[in-house]
Amino acid sequence: MSVRIIPRLEIKGPTLVKGVHLEGLRVLGSPEEFARFYYEQGADELLYIDVVASLYQRNSLLEMVERTSREIFIPLAVGGGLRSIEDIRAGLRAGADKVSINTAAIRNPQLIRDAATRFGSSTIVVSIEAKQRPDGSYEAYVDAGRERTGVEVFGWAQRIAELGAGEIIITSIDREGTGRGFDLELTRRVSELVPIPVIASGGAGSISDVAEVLTKGKADAVAVSSLLHYHYLTLERPTGSGPASGQPMAASKGYHSSSRITPTSIPELKRHLEEAGLECRVAPAGAVRE
Amino acid sequence: MSERAAPHAAPRAVIVDYGVGNLYSVRSACAAVGLQAEITGDKAAILSSDAVIVPGMGAFGDAMETLRRMDLVEPLREVAAAGTPLIGICLGMQLFMTESEEFGRHRGLDLISGPVVRFRAPHRRSEELKVPHVGWARIAPARSAPSWSEWPLRGIDAGEYMYFVHSYHAVPAEAGVVFSTSRYGDIEFCSSLKRGNVFACQFHPERSGPKGLQVYRSIADHITGRAPATVKMNV
Repeated sequence: MSVRIIPRLEIKGPTLVKGVHLEGLRVLGSPEEFARFYYEQGADELLYIDVVASLYQRNSLLEMVERTSREIFIPLAVGGGLRSIEDIRAGLRAGADKVSINTAAIRNPQLIRDAATRFGSSTIVVSIEAKQRPDGSYEAYVDAGRERTGVEVFGWAQRIAELGAGEIIITSIDREGTGRGFDLELTRRVSELVPIPVIASGGAGSISDVAEVLTKGKADAVAVSSLLHYHYLTLERPTGSGPASGQPMAASKGYHSSSRITPTSIPELKRHLEEAGLECRVAPAGAVRE
Repeated sequence: MSERAAPHAAPRAVIVDYGVGNLYSVRSACAAVGLQAEITGDKAAILSSDAVIVPGMGAFGDAMETLRRMDLVEPLREVAAAGTPLIGICLGMQLFMTESEEFGRHRGLDLISGPVVRFRAPHRRSEELKVPHVGWARIAPARSAPSWSEWPLRGIDAGEYMYFVHSYHAVPAEAGVVFSTSRYGDIEFCSSLKRGNVFACQFHPERSGPKGLQVYRSIADHITGRAPATVKMNV
């Protein structure tokens, strides 16, 4: 079976951002421009996360989801601030194939069951943002990694699967945006505990980190952001397609959030994964605009 | 032959709305290849359409119950019998089968004989298989299948990757209807089937990138090719 590479686009209002430890956001450009590029490069799915919605009780993502799903023909998951069956329905109606929930699921686990029953298990992805405690155990956080819950991660992961979720995204807050590599132990334990697919997120600094979390970490899929975003930013792109300012971003080395991150493209990443013995869907030669 | 409301109009497909699934991505894919498609649960619209697409996600039993409540079971059988292209996607494919074992036993539309079963491990190694199966898998021509030079896999290479999300898969009783097979772990399963005007696939062509859109293009070409006969008669 093939592994999936899922560009994760963190969105604040109309812009793509990237932070370290889910904080300290930096503006990178237009989410839709990045999404289009990743689609053409052979991304297996896309993940849009509204990083501020959870705090401000709003969801400004729907119009963007609508436009994206009309033009990009791979699965699109959307998350950030979805609190109810109605929010989930709105996300799916806008054209998302899946929704990712975290805060609302922890506050009301029954939402997972209700949503899975109504929209189908495979539509409901539950995101766990985990932080390691001094004693080595892991605690689930909510509200974009800002608020602790006291919920222990591994028990919660099993509960999520029992309640009927289709997939789990496991993010290490400690590693997120740092480029220090995924938390392999965290990912492997979650993946071995649940019968549903697990998407690893948070920490990729290089191609070998991605390969490791798929092999040693036993993840079924990987969500990556910095690794791909910073590669795209180094490319020569059409004028006017830069970040909010409209300035070209080519060669703006200062955009690396961490010197630990060695940016790469999806085709390059997949080539290395294939060499490591992992099956990847290869994008059609000269992937075309539709 | 189905009757058409406006014989001189461009071919028109309907996407059957029975309250489940991502109808919008199916419509977007139709739009991308220039195929007019209306999302509807209306019996008359379904019966008069040039092609009928049954998408779907969610539970089999609930879906059949909704089709029954909306009085769409017989119309869909009529569409199949009338020779109108009828396309099932994901759960839509499963609904075409005789029955499913998802949460008890549920009778399907029975357009194609055979059950829908859950992924099972044929031997120990596959116990590690995650269900649902989520991701991209290759489709390969089935040994006794009709040729892929027919719609709607015309232009698709053997071994092309398509996107799947499912826990159950169809097991057609008659090997001749299996159009493609795919593998998940050690398990080989029927990933699409075709019998005459009925085509169904377990994968989501509308979410399978440019190659998936090719499937929609082929459907559009097929019904456009069918439609002009009617057009000429009325010109």
